[in-house]
Amino acid sequence: MSEQDKNVKLSDNERLKGESNFLRGTIAQGLKDDITGGFTADNFQLIRFHGMYQQDDRDIRSERVKQKLEPLHNVMLRARMPGGIIKPAQWLAVDDFAGDKTSYGSIRLTTRQTFQFHGVLKPNIKGMHQLLDSVGIDSIATAGDVNRNVLCTTNPVESELHLEAYQWAVKISEHLLPKTKAYAEIWLDGEKTETTEEPILGATYLPRKFKTTVTIPPNNEVDVHANDLNFVAIADNGKLIGFNVLVGGGLAMTHGDTATYPRKADEFGFIPLEHTLSVAEHVLSVQRDWGNRENRKNAKTKYTLDRVGTDTFKAEVEKRIGVKFEPIRPYKFTHRGDRIGWVDGIDGKSHLTLFIQNGRILDYPDKPLKTGCRKIAEIHQGDMRMTANQNLIIAGVPADQKAVIEEIARSHGLIDDKDSQQRKNSMACVSLPTCPLAMAEAERYLPSLIEKTEALLAKHGIPDDSIIMRVVGCPNGCGRAMLAEAGLVGKGPGKYNVYLGGNVEGTRIPKLYLENVGEDVYLEAFDKLIGQWAKERNDGECFGDFVIRKGIVAEVKVSVTDFYA
Amino acid sequence: MLLGQLNAAASPLSQDQVQKLQGLVAELNPIQQAWVSGYLAANANSAALGAPTAGVPAAGDAAALTILYGSQTGNAKGVASKMKEQAESRGLAVKLVSMSDYKPTALKKEKFLTIVVSTYGEGEPPEDAETLHEFLATKKAPKLDDVKIAVIGLGDSSYEFFCQTAKDFEERLNKLGAQTIYQRADLDVDYEEEAATWIAGAIDAFEPDLKAQQDAAGGQVVSMPFGAPTTASSQYTKQNPFEAELLTVQKITGRDSTKDVRHVEISLEGSDITYTPGDSLGVYFLNDDVLVDEVLTLTQIDAASIVKVGDEELSVRDALIEKLELTQSYPGFVEKYATATGTPELLKLVEDKTAMRAYIEPRQIFDVIRQNPAKLDAQTLVDCLRKLQARLYSIASSQSEVEDEVHLTLGLVQFDAFGSEHLGGCTGYLTRRAEEGCKVKVFSEHNDNFRLPTNDDTPVIMVGPGTGIAPFRAFLQERDSREAQGKNWLFFGNPHFTQDFLYQVEIQGYLKSGLLNKVDVAFSRDQAEKVYVQDKLRSNSKEVFEWLEAGAHFYICGDANRMAKDVHNTLLDIVKENTGKSNEDAEQYLKDLRSANRYQKDVY
Repeated sequence: MSEQDKNVKLSDNERLKGESNFLRGTIAQGLKDDITGGFTADNFQLIRFHGMYQQDDRDIRSERVKQKLEPLHNVMLRARMPGGIIKPAQWLAVDDFAGDKTSYGSIRLTTRQTFQFHGVLKPNIKGMHQLLDSVGIDSIATAGDVNRNVLCTTNPVESELHLEAYQWAVKISEHLLPKTKAYAEIWLDGEKTETTEEPILGATYLPRKFKTTVTIPPNNEVDVHANDLNFVAIADNGKLIGFNVLVGGGLAMTHGDTATYPRKADEFGFIPLEHTLSVAEHVLSVQRDWGNRENRKNAKTKYTLDRVGTDTFKAEVEKRIGVKFEPIRPYKFTHRGDRIGWVDGIDGKSHLTLFIQNGRILDYPDKPLKTGCRKIAEIHQGDMRMTANQNLIIAGVPADQKAVIEEIARSHGLIDDKDSQQRKNSMACVSLPTCPLAMAEAERYLPSLIEKTEALLAKHGIPDDSIIMRVVGCPNGCGRAMLAEAGLVGKGPGKYNVYLGGNVEGTRIPKLYLENVGEDVYLEAFDKLIGQWAKERNDGECFGDFVIRKGIVAEVKVSVTDFYA
Repeated sequence: MLLGQLNAAASPLSQDQVQKLQGLVAELNPIQQAWVSGYLAANANSAALGAPTAGVPAAGDAAALTILYGSQTGNAKGVASKMKEQAESRGLAVKLVSMSDYKPTALKKEKFLTIVVSTYGEGEPPEDAETLHEFLATKKAPKLDDVKIAVIGLGDSSYEFFCQTAKDFEERLNKLGAQTIYQRADLDVDYEEEAATWIAGAIDAFEPDLKAQQDAAGGQVVSMPFGAPTTASSQYTKQNPFEAELLTVQKITGRDSTKDVRHVEISLEGSDITYTPGDSLGVYFLNDDVLVDEVLTLTQIDAASIVKVGDEELSVRDALIEKLELTQSYPGFVEKYATATGTPELLKLVEDKTAMRAYIEPRQIFDVIRQNPAKLDAQTLVDCLRKLQARLYSIASSQSEVEDEVHLTLGLVQFDAFGSEHLGGCTGYLTRRAEEGCKVKVFSEHNDNFRLPTNDDTPVIMVGPGTGIAPFRAFLQERDSREAQGKNWLFFGNPHFTQDFLYQVEIQGYLKSGLLNKVDVAFSRDQAEKVYVQDKLRSNSKEVFEWLEAGAHFYICGDANRMAKDVHNTLLDIVKENTGKSNEDAEQYLKDLRSANRYQKDVY
């Protein structure tokens, strides 16, 4: 596309990536600037490529303006944990740091199957990276215009298939990582080396963020349609033989800008295992070369596909890998939720999935979740898995340890039989007070919304049913509200857009039902709709399917034409 | 146009004429000046004039189009930058400034102003714009009668308060007298085209007047040292303080700070009080009436009893609140109170100076009375007490920046003793009891021993931890407005970076603008080992010495007992280290600095 580029004005992020000397910028000097707790100019953006976002405590922002103090700058760190697997020894180090060196004292599990530290002050940043490095964790490329943390279905039951899929997730993650040594130089006092090229990502990296999953059907916990590139595992007799490749999902949009929309991924076809890395590299490289670098709101793979046509994009990938995609192999997604509680794997070990509300692991007065997880990590012999639903699996527990682990989990509030189905099927992004993009509350609001929804379900006589409900503070997609049966997307303090009509499997984009409304308005609507659903639904019909069948919202089949129609 | 802005290059007067005019105006009182102005205007009107006259603002500064933007996501900034490009392509002078970097007091110097501002949430201004937005609605906002404005808003029409901030700005500016010369546009999310049209139209509207003024202005602007604050004595003194309005008492330490430090703004409007950076402000205060009533109860005195304080007769309650010292204890009071009440324990102290010191050290006068209650006659109690003394605070502002205001930086004195919270007399009054808008009695106290170098090219090193920062804020404001070229280096310290970095945002602004060349900070409790300002000086030993050798003035303000001594000793070490001098010779080096007025302290 370079021939066509002559007359276009690239976005400023393109300049800063190009001038960054392979993601170094002047971060090292900025780290020494003790007049501000933040990073200035380009470094503010560049630290994202190292897995950190600069944030501040927004609850006290205006108070600090009056105090003539700068915002209470801190960073959020998002670790790179392909497939969400973390070893107990790593967990203990993470637990220590969260408790001692972060303002919020929590470990936050996120929808990208990893953990985040919130509220790390500048003087603690370098020590944080060094501590993580000492237990084999980094945060390279978990943010910024790169391939982010690679997701993998946590499925602990089919242990062999999972192991293979997980290993591919790790390989893909490593294959697509930036090759610059900037991370080690800046944070780990690594040797200074000159970087001259980024063979896969290119000197200006990708036009926009890029998200990849490895998925084992029928569970769609990773939400393939929220991701740019998906490898859907196809097995033969429990043995992995290749992947169906799905390209171009993504949920981010901008309020009021109809050129932006959430979009499902398209099926490219099946490929045998040996082409996995090549396909990963070249779906990425076509997007690298063809993605829009002028307008960041139009830069993700989903827009490239709609601009050039899916067939054109696919043909270019085939040309670059020298192989044709085979027809899609049959696969089916049936659900997305985690099976909370114990399950037994085919390897004879047991696995305990802990429901973590909002993914926030903290010692609450009545529920010392963080201490509980720590105590489990101290004795656990298997691994721990962070799920894309922000829950935690204690995986590979031998029979003789089941009782003691369950006892710890129960006594610390990690197993609570009172948690309803609705609670387990609800999710929120972090939002206020730390996320700079947040327009409305999400994580802090969700618990009360769940209670009100539970009351409505009970009122209409279906207390054990549930709706996949997700609340996000802005339309950027972190909490995947645009694949919910009922999604609330923040517009302003206490105001949300309400989208309805996703399904349980996560294969349909919901559609706008109410715009910019407060709680009284949407609760009244939910009351009416839940009442209707309880009375008039077909056998086993989920809420999202019901509202489509009844014509309460129109079905979004093709986002580019239907979403705003 | 202010006479202070008048200059030869940009006015039709010769340098000689300007000087004569300056000389004359300096001798005139305001009434005389007004008369002369009318006389000259009438005189000029009677002649037919083609060329621009003094009635047309001709300074180069005033002939620029100032574009102020307040941006949350960068869109408003983008529109503002486009407008700048286009105006410049037509040969117009443009200043593009973020509202967050803009001093509201600069508004009155503007002539042509464009506001580009977004709105978010429920009609909220972007954070950049908050301060200016709020300022325009206060009584501090200046008259803007000669200002021409154009306002453009960015927003999202799906919100109830669409482009509310832009509307507010226009309304507030109009209220202050500014005239809208091009109709406001309220842009929706798809704003690009409409923005381009509006920009072109707005520039069309500004262009004729701007061009005319730029042509008239011609050469470079040279500001005259006219109107610099003098140290002329005021009618208001310690004995005859001015009743000033307390404008603002703002806490400037964070919510988790162990310290309560307040930024105080007081209006001197209506007085002839002037001050120079380095001066102090004397402040009188009222004692806590709750404690006064307790004293009256304990001594069984009727609150309405009339007493004499000096020549004045008033109720004992009023005297205790307004006239007499009840916080700072001193031996004289204990002695008189011991005698008046015949309290044996107190009488014993009178004989033993050491015991007396130890006794009064943790106690306020209130405590002495509370712990030794006795029935007293009203006048007897009054005669035990000395007159309330004004407290002196280093002034934290320069009049060249804040005009008829005076700013202070106060640390609330607060401690627990004998089971109750104790507050300092004046700091307790200003932070806890006085309300914004009330009157406080003040006077200015000159201090010629703490002065900026007269030569603006001289470098300056300022060491001001804690509230010791106060006079340096004044110094920096002064040097900023004088456009002094000398380098400035600030050393600041306090317990915690996130909570106690006094005036952090202002200091960052001065670093950004280049006024401050260096800032070194020591936050003692942010790491295991405590770090203080003297440690920061020591680690910059070579450079500090180079600055001194280059003629720098060295200032210390703050705690006299420990900090000032530690800094002095460190300075001594720095001299020794860089010269190989003996201790004695190094002391002599510092003595010489002192006698050249290059080493000054304001410590307490």
